[in-house]
Amino acid sequence: MTLLCVEHLDVRHGLLRAVRDLAFSVEPGEILALVGANGAGKTTLLRALAGAHLPHAGRIVLAGQDISRMHAHRRVAQGIALVPEGRRLFADMTVAENLKLARAAGRAGAWDAAAVLEVFPNLAARLSARAGTLSGGEQQAVAIGRALLTNPSVLLLDEVSLGLSPAAVDRVHGALAALAASGTTMILVEQDLSRALRIASRVICMLEGRIVLEGATATLDRAAVTGAYFGLQAEPVAE
Amino acid sequence: MMILLNDLLQGVLLGGYYALIACGLSFMYGVLRIINLAHGSLAILAAFALFVLADRYGVSPFFGLLIVLPAMAGLGWALHRLVLERSQRGGFLMPVLSTFGLAIVIDNLLFEGFGADTRSLAPYIGSLSYDSWNLTDDIFVGQLALLTFVVAILLLGGLHLMLTCTPLGRAIRAVAADPDTAGLLGIDATRVGALATAIALITVGIAGAFLAMRATFDPYAGAPELIFAFEAAVIGGAGSLWGTLAGGLVLGIAQNVGAQLNPQGFLIGGHVVFLIVLLARLAGGRLRLPSLTVRQA
Repeated sequence: MTLLCVEHLDVRHGLLRAVRDLAFSVEPGEILALVGANGAGKTTLLRALAGAHLPHAGRIVLAGQDISRMHAHRRVAQGIALVPEGRRLFADMTVAENLKLARAAGRAGAWDAAAVLEVFPNLAARLSARAGTLSGGEQQAVAIGRALLTNPSVLLLDEVSLGLSPAAVDRVHGALAALAASGTTMILVEQDLSRALRIASRVICMLEGRIVLEGATATLDRAAVTGAYFGLQAEPVAE
Repeated sequence: MMILLNDLLQGVLLGGYYALIACGLSFMYGVLRIINLAHGSLAILAAFALFVLADRYGVSPFFGLLIVLPAMAGLGWALHRLVLERSQRGGFLMPVLSTFGLAIVIDNLLFEGFGADTRSLAPYIGSLSYDSWNLTDDIFVGQLALLTFVVAILLLGGLHLMLTCTPLGRAIRAVAADPDTAGLLGIDATRVGALATAIALITVGIAGAFLAMRATFDPYAGAPELIFAFEAAVIGGAGSLWGTLAGGLVLGIAQNVGAQLNPQGFLIGGHVVFLIVLLARLAGGRLRLPSLTVRQA
């Protein structure tokens, strides 16, 4: 059964159509990478899926339930969690408090603090530190751990490697690979095309709010993805 | 020397009262970023409710709180859902204007219902309103003043513990810091805001009770109380709970010292200290006025 189905989604910022008539679906356990140049509509799409930005038109169906008009906090209860761009931790709260917030408001499930610390063991020694004092990599670990603690059925990750050192990016992507291996369904926005192709099972390339290329990473030609990324491909495929 | 010590002690005890009255104002600004100009009027509303219970039904003001505080919590919930949440969408100034309007409505409804007579809850609490312990010939501690001070400490401490140690407190802090991100973690920012307003109005109800026990009040007594609360909150650092206690103490001591310098100096002493702290904070960049931004619903 399809886990997430997006139909004719249209998301606007005022008069600007940031996402245009988009349609795709995600199967359980699938890792979908959204790639595209800046302004392609990737972050807007993720925020629309998470309920932080309600769509202008179209449907978002999660496990058979239409969640299009639900606000973000209700979508968390339905099983959607977003790791937002820039981490957006509560800087004055401790790491433990950031994690407890998600645990208290999220769904019941397999993810608890111990499970998160298994994926991000370096956080164990930093639980009483204020989140704002952590390094970028540690903050990203808290942001992902926090989202996991809501026990999502779909984990949305927006630019998790943005602003991190190469070593920190390696650690974060190592953790994502472990999550992928455990069967967690993920949709990730990633500027680093190589890393996105390495971790994802399927890729959607967006340009000006539309899908211009879609396919399994195993079958897609790297040059075709790069071409679509920079808008060199002629026709959108999802209209 | 003893007289000076007594003045200092009375200033500290008076500061406890100011901290109590400022507690709700500071809490609302700290967690919701709302300056509630109806704060004083709501305290007077609670005072009148306690007065009615005591005068007409013979309910002691302390037992009356068992009825009035839940009612104030309900009023806070409704106030947030019907007025504050909607007005916050219009930017920083809208809640200020809305609560200013609300204060006028409350004041005039109370005037309509109770007239201009001054009232007090002192006759309903026995000798507590005037009894004191004499520590020496020159130093005394009023029982009601001490009780007010202790309640202020307990209330501020309780709020601090609630904010730091409970899931609701963490949710309130999260919504105060970033309501959008709180929503992404499953926290209903609207519900949390309504709960925070309900809590704030419980503290306003308690403050109104002690206001009415220690002094007289009338339908238009809310405005002066708002000024004292505002001064205590700003001196201590708007939004900081323990800062509110410190602000209340500074204000109380300043007023008592001012009264010693000049018979007219009681209020002036407090206002002068408030203005000095405000100007120093603005000059030092430590007090930033909120920008006029529109919040997302």
